[in-house]
Amino acid sequence: MESRVLVLLLGLTLCVGGLTGCARDRLVQAEDTTQPPVIDPDVARRDIEVPRIDTEDFEVGILAGQISVEDFGVNTVAGGRFAYHVTEGFFVELAAGRADTELTSFERLSGAAQLLTEDEREYSYYNVSLGYNIFPGEHFIGKNRTMNTQTYVIGGVGKTTFAGDDRFTINFGLGMRLMPLDWLAVHGDIRDHVFDIDLLGQEKTSHNFEATLGVTFFF
Amino acid sequence: MRWVLLVLSLSQLAIAWNAAGAERQHREVTIADPYIELHTGPGGGYPVFFVAERGEQIELLMKRTEWFKVRVARGQEGWVHFEQLTTTLNPDGQPFDLPALGFSDYEARRWEVGALYGDFGGANVIATYGSRTFTPNLSGEMWVSQAIGRFSDSTMVTLNIVHLMYPDWRASPYFTLGGGVIKTQPKATLVATTDRTDNVALAGAGVRVYLTRRFVFRGEYKTHVVFTSRNDNEEVQEWKAGFSFFF
Repeated sequence: MESRVLVLLLGLTLCVGGLTGCARDRLVQAEDTTQPPVIDPDVARRDIEVPRIDTEDFEVGILAGQISVEDFGVNTVAGGRFAYHVTEGFFVELAAGRADTELTSFERLSGAAQLLTEDEREYSYYNVSLGYNIFPGEHFIGKNRTMNTQTYVIGGVGKTTFAGDDRFTINFGLGMRLMPLDWLAVHGDIRDHVFDIDLLGQEKTSHNFEATLGVTFFF
Repeated sequence: MRWVLLVLSLSQLAIAWNAAGAERQHREVTIADPYIELHTGPGGGYPVFFVAERGEQIELLMKRTEWFKVRVARGQEGWVHFEQLTTTLNPDGQPFDLPALGFSDYEARRWEVGALYGDFGGANVIATYGSRTFTPNLSGEMWVSQAIGRFSDSTMVTLNIVHLMYPDWRASPYFTLGGGVIKTQPKATLVATTDRTDNVALAGAGVRVYLTRRFVFRGEYKTHVVFTSRNDNEEVQEWKAGFSFFF
């Protein structure tokens, strides 16, 4: 019995030994193939890190100017704009602004009568517009400097909150973008905001002209 | 006031971004076209002031819409239309894979935002949405729309699921289902009315057309059921069209 166990153990040892031996042989073979070949194609692959290209299609900035709110005087307006340039011609703009309007002539003359509360007197708007750079151009400053310009037409829809109500508003106008640097633009804009208002009992279409100057940054 | 701050901080970010950009290393490519034309500005209307030949190395400084601002070996900087750069070579001699946007990018889109304008039961409606594409056919959308009518204004927020019929076509119809809430505010000039908020369910169909670059046209019809607290539910039909951009 014991001898049988011994034989089994021996057999096992032999098997394991044989296997490791085989493995060692294989290792030796593997080492053989790693010896330097006759011709060594020593071509180091040029691994080039390609820097990302800076894409600057977005524009963000502030604007300030004057808005003539029909019946409510000419008032200082301030706001912001955000634009995405889709092609060299077309861009989409999101703009918002606000102004505090003054008293109407009627309110001034009558003395006491107030048409609106202080809160209702605030004029604020936002709009989504589509613009087109109709006249690309250049301005020359002195002998050595030029500045790229784009004159654009723009129009869109939006909302105006004034006199206690929201009013659907169409805006359209003309603007100019002066670009002293590739990422900096100075805007001059003239825009008409058109909406219907029934504040004085009868519904009428109100035109509100706005002239603004703005600064935007491309990123 | 809040959004003035927002715009100001965004402007700050843009300045910081550009300052960081100035330090950046630029990509260098070799011209493979017979020649490229450098314009003074990023548009076809700007005059050509310099020409660089095949084999010259140029640096790509930045990109605006379809135009690349490049610097040639002799130092001149100008704007080149991307079509003249489609066959340029990277420094390792491999063709430079120009990141031009096309229909395949449209098919691989994940996110999309858009704005549409139209008619919501007789009122003017301006609607904006953000969308996430799950499969080529299926996407989820969140809409915020504001309708401004003669007697009342309403703001509606809805979540929609959209099934695009033929995602591999440039123009494809789609169907949509959704639900959300609508807040109705009667005009201030009307008397004895109150604001109300109701649930709304909707079904709709439309068509989307891939135009160019990131630009998609979209037109749709939706029918809404507003679950009012009155005896009858209200049905509102909506038609609108607009544009969207994908990322």
